[in-house]
Amino acid sequence: MSSDLQDLYQEVVLDHGKRPRNFREVEGANHRAQGHNPLCGDQLTVTVKVEGGVIRDIGFQGQGCAISRASASLMTGAVKDRTREEAEQLFEQVHKLVTAGPAEVDTEALGKLAVLSGVSEFPARVKCASLAWHTLRAALRGEAESISTE
Amino acid sequence: MSGAGLDVAKVRADFPILQQEVRGRPLVYLDSAASAQKPQVVIDAISRFYTHDNANVHRGVHTLSERATAAFEGAREKVARFLHAREDKEIVFVRGTTEAINLVVQTFGRKNVGPGDEVLITALEHHANIVPWQMLCEQVGARLKQIPVDKHGDLVLDGLDELLTPRTRILAVTHVSNALGTVVPVKELIRRAHAKGIPVLVDGAQAVTHFSVDVVDLDCDFYAFSGHKLFGPMGIGVLYGKKELLESMPPYQGGGDMILSVTLEKTIYNRVPFRFEAGTPDVAGAVGLGAAIDYLERVGMQSIAAHDRQLLAYAEQALGRVPGLRILGQGRERSGVVSFVMEDIHPHDVGTILDREGVAVRTGHHCAQPLMQCFGVAATVRASLALYNTSEDVDALVRGLQKVREVFA
Repeated sequence: MSSDLQDLYQEVVLDHGKRPRNFREVEGANHRAQGHNPLCGDQLTVTVKVEGGVIRDIGFQGQGCAISRASASLMTGAVKDRTREEAEQLFEQVHKLVTAGPAEVDTEALGKLAVLSGVSEFPARVKCASLAWHTLRAALRGEAESISTE
Repeated sequence: MSGAGLDVAKVRADFPILQQEVRGRPLVYLDSAASAQKPQVVIDAISRFYTHDNANVHRGVHTLSERATAAFEGAREKVARFLHAREDKEIVFVRGTTEAINLVVQTFGRKNVGPGDEVLITALEHHANIVPWQMLCEQVGARLKQIPVDKHGDLVLDGLDELLTPRTRILAVTHVSNALGTVVPVKELIRRAHAKGIPVLVDGAQAVTHFSVDVVDLDCDFYAFSGHKLFGPMGIGVLYGKKELLESMPPYQGGGDMILSVTLEKTIYNRVPFRFEAGTPDVAGAVGLGAAIDYLERVGMQSIAAHDRQLLAYAEQALGRVPGLRILGQGRERSGVVSFVMEDIHPHDVGTILDREGVAVRTGHHCAQPLMQCFGVAATVRASLALYNTSEDVDALVRGLQKVREVFA
């Protein structure tokens, strides 16, 4: 396998793509949004439970390629128990990572999310990797999309 | 593989773009249904036009304008001959299939489709033959209905007579499905629609590249195709329309070349086909398309059809042996494309890995989302075949798919 393919489909990516974590609807979610990639027709729903400005629980559902599922799965792990602001900052960093490459970001700070760095060599796949993040941001920002807990 | 008289090695040598490596491997181009490659004679014809003959058409008395006009109208004659039309006046140059359909929608459609009327399409259509009709129906308060598809990818024609109602103003149908390769029995559909006085538009974008089309024999009222899928340039396409129908239609766009005389009070529109060709046309594009048609006729549409049929059968067999692979669309008659999904592996991942092996395929919904929904998938991998493809190309695809399985093992 060529090295850029190896970078794209790292073990962690394949694992999360195959067995995504938090692949569920969050019970008592008060934020929700649907993401859609019109290029391929992929769709996913992100549900979030925010309490006191902190993401207490997050899940996603839907269909997508290995990259979009892995990115969504890793995202749910990364933003849990973080504030909304921290989640937004993480989004910026991940976006930079998958578009500009690992040299442009502090990969240490990204932790596990750094495995998405291979995407930057595949411009056609950037949308796959960022779909879940755009959807999370829409869920957190979209007042109209938020649903009531009680 | 060499099908009935087609020397594929010789054909391949005519296409300079195929002589390259992609990511260190010989290019295997299996995406001609999205856009086909161009033989050198087409590239040369465009270059020759701009080098020697370029000027505006239909309006100059000088030599270059006469030459450009002759080249443009010569291309129209070639298209008319290629489609077996009665006369070249029935050929309107447009940008592509999409514009051809929009032209019919905005002229014939707006004149003939009113509130409560119906437009009938099929479940196999490309978005280009859905959305323009949907827009028209919303504008005028008409209903868009469709002929359903069965699990094999064939149209279900049992209920056709019930779908062709006294309110049906037009039937718009694809000749060959771009997503599944199903060949639609358009001649039968046209006969049954005409029996009720309903005109028929055929989207021929995926048909003209694989077999000879005779619009008089089909008796279709409109036929549309794109130059770039027919080994010609991008930006040029064709709408065939029966002359009496074209003559009954209002103009499409206003501007120069589509008029006979203009005063501020009144404009007299030009005769067909010029009435539908406002502004300076893509003359070089038409010339390039004419060169592509000359090329295809030299190779021979019958040889091309035989080659494409053989290669499709080979591809279906070879792909059928790949573990975990499911081919979508097993219609009675198929042409040009194999659409498939891999167990648990998303088409986008398949496409990315194949690209690294030098193999170009299309992945996604193929601008046919309603059809994809019928088959319960969001996307497929589509390998499409053309006269320059070989069984070795198919073998490279199969090897690439083994690589895909290794990555996702």
